[in-house]
Amino acid sequence: MPMNENEFKPKIVAFCCNWCSYAGADLAGTNRLQYPADIKIIRVPCSCRVNPLFVLRAFQRGADGVIICGCHPGDCHYTTGNYYARRRMTLLFSMLDYLGIERGRTRVEWVSAAEGNKFAETMNDFVSTVTKLGENKRLEDLRCANK
Amino acid sequence: MREQMISRACELLANGSVDRVIGWERGEFVYDVTPAVFNDAEDLKSRFVFDLFCGANLSKYLVSETAKGGKVLAFLKPCDTYSFNQLLAEHRVKRENFYIIGVECNGMADINRIREAGASGIKSISSAGDKVTVSTVYGDREFTLSDVIAERCSSCKSRHHVVYDELMGKDGEVLDSNRFDMVEKLEKMTPDERFEFWRGELSRCIRCNACRNVCPACTCEKCIFDNASSGFENKAAADTFEENMFHIIRAFHVAGRCTDCGECSRVCPAHIPLHLLNRKFIKDINELYGDYQAGAEVNERGPLVNFTQDDANPSIVNERGNG
Repeated sequence: MPMNENEFKPKIVAFCCNWCSYAGADLAGTNRLQYPADIKIIRVPCSCRVNPLFVLRAFQRGADGVIICGCHPGDCHYTTGNYYARRRMTLLFSMLDYLGIERGRTRVEWVSAAEGNKFAETMNDFVSTVTKLGENKRLEDLRCANK
Repeated sequence: MREQMISRACELLANGSVDRVIGWERGEFVYDVTPAVFNDAEDLKSRFVFDLFCGANLSKYLVSETAKGGKVLAFLKPCDTYSFNQLLAEHRVKRENFYIIGVECNGMADINRIREAGASGIKSISSAGDKVTVSTVYGDREFTLSDVIAERCSSCKSRHHVVYDELMGKDGEVLDSNRFDMVEKLEKMTPDERFEFWRGELSRCIRCNACRNVCPACTCEKCIFDNASSGFENKAAADTFEENMFHIIRAFHVAGRCTDCGECSRVCPAHIPLHLLNRKFIKDINELYGDYQAGAEVNERGPLVNFTQDDANPSIVNERGNG
């Protein structure tokens, strides 16, 4: 695909749990599956490690979308971490929606270590959603915009 | 009521069952009632007040009182008892340090509503039953309590005392309140309208931290908002997102623990309806994880430190309401 200078390239932060989704991303890589380079992966020990503040901070520093990937419910390396993360993120996303932030900018997806395909598909889909939404204006901190 | 409270407090102080009394005293103006600690009968008789402006939730102050030791008599309104229970559940106060007298409450008045109704130059305010008499330099004005009642009291969730050693006045019931009406109204708006609504409200925030300081659920000794390296401890916000972030995090930190006492909105000098953020969390928790009232039970597990295997996935947010 030819690169257009003016084309909007979103900045996307993906929090991936060490045990499933990060390994899933690795598998996608070793299988040479394509997914956009706009995704910046941050490895966390468990999806439950993701503090709601991390999501907000990513937006503050200019992210256009934030995705959190963890093990499938029931498969958490720490047994129950993703169950807590699920409740937390549901409430946080609902609050962001309540404040008028576009729904497509946040997502939680369960990706296991064997699902390289799903990882690539999810990221492709998420990038296209966020690209359609355009630049994140509603949650950006102006002081951080050019850092 | 005031006389009854003072005489009972004096009795308990005299027979040594309590060492101190926590209640309310008058501030500079009649409607500036603030929480205060009283040490003896003289003190009580000269300073203690109980009137339509005793909205302050005393439970928050019990956290520091419990650290001082001794037994304290606390007068708690129904909504304060929920906060007290929640503090008990979180081990922030010791039950044996307090003698709780539950006081009947039929709603507190809001001075701003009295002013909006046209009363200025207020000298004194008295009430009898449903009647509120405001005497001003321009003469007396009469209101009914429902005209000047605080917003949080007009959508009161419960007049039932969940914890007390003795009761003064009647114990009410858990009410079928309309407290989620405004949240529903906001949910029905389009995202753009909601964004504009909240931008208008939150941009008035001056980051005074009063909402945090008064909140009975905010009892951390070291608060994240005091951390100089957090990047958002600033007093004056540089842009609108600072307030968004502050208020989302503030509300999130008390999600599942907020008893909906409405103190955050009462103390806000910019009149931001902060309780609407907390209520959104409460409404979501009720809808997604089953009805839950923080503080109703001491031995209950809060919704955010609990889970079930078939909880909804976060994508449910995209399926609900107007987006």
